Amino acid sequence: MNTDIKEQQSSTNTQILLHICANPEYLCVARMAVRQVMQVVGLEEDKDKNESVTLAVEEALTNVIRHSYGGPCDKPIIMKLSKIDRCDKNKLALEIVIRDFGKQVEPESIKGADLDEVKPGGLGVHIIRSVMDEVEFSRADDCGMQLRMVKYIT
Amino acid sequence: MTDGHSYPQDIIKGVRHEGRAVVLELAGEIDMRCSIELRSKLMELFQDKPPVLVVNMTQVEFMDSSGLATLVGALKWCRRNGSQLKLVGLVQRVRNIFEISKLESIFQIYDSEAEALS
Repeated sequence: MNTDIKEQQSSTNTQILLHICANPEYLCVARMAVRQVMQVVGLEEDKDKNESVTLAVEEALTNVIRHSYGGPCDKPIIMKLSKIDRCDKNKLALEIVIRDFGKQVEPESIKGADLDEVKPGGLGVHIIRSVMDEVEFSRADDCGMQLRMVKYIT
Repeated sequence: MTDGHSYPQDIIKGVRHEGRAVVLELAGEIDMRCSIELRSKLMELFQDKPPVLVVNMTQVEFMDSSGLATLVGALKWCRRNGSQLKLVGLVQRVRNIFEISKLESIFQIYDSEAEALS
């Protein structure tokens, strides 16, 4: 499986790969995995910060289900969690990559909600960009999209 | 493996009446799956047009934007129908999503049910 992961200026050690189907029933599995990985990589200390990362991942997965696949289905979502050294920034980080095989869009078209309007829709991207230190949407080579998010640990 | 969180369960813990208020108690993690259940319950409660709806979230450990959207929908219903919606007991990690989305100011949020009902 091509994961299209970009390895710019980073070396990867700890890796967890999770395949789930695009069913909201399994979002809790992803949350559990994210929380456990954060304990392993040492992001546990600030629990509110941790839950923000969990929230960002949840929003990303929900967006895949809702927008990439048009609703719950049995198509796959792949999530890869890695502890990485961001040598260029002299930081350790948690890298989370989410890959789907649904609709492709131009990454520039993925924008957060206008918070001046009181409406709850479209908050997912805003939340992701608010919480994570690096966010990159890209079109995957064959089909679908890839979202790479990075949270600095140190 | 346990991590102190509650995984899939019914988020509706109970409904009770306190004077003119209806109190809806929630627990667990509100995500895309559970927000559908929450919306159904709210619609059911709204049929009786309660003057005050208190949503006790003291035991809610996590909520995403689908849960927040459901609460915003409930707030809009209340405003159209002259009811009040009050949220109680938001832990900080739940309050975070309100703050990130800048929606905390549109809700009445209380630390305790006693304050909300007074």
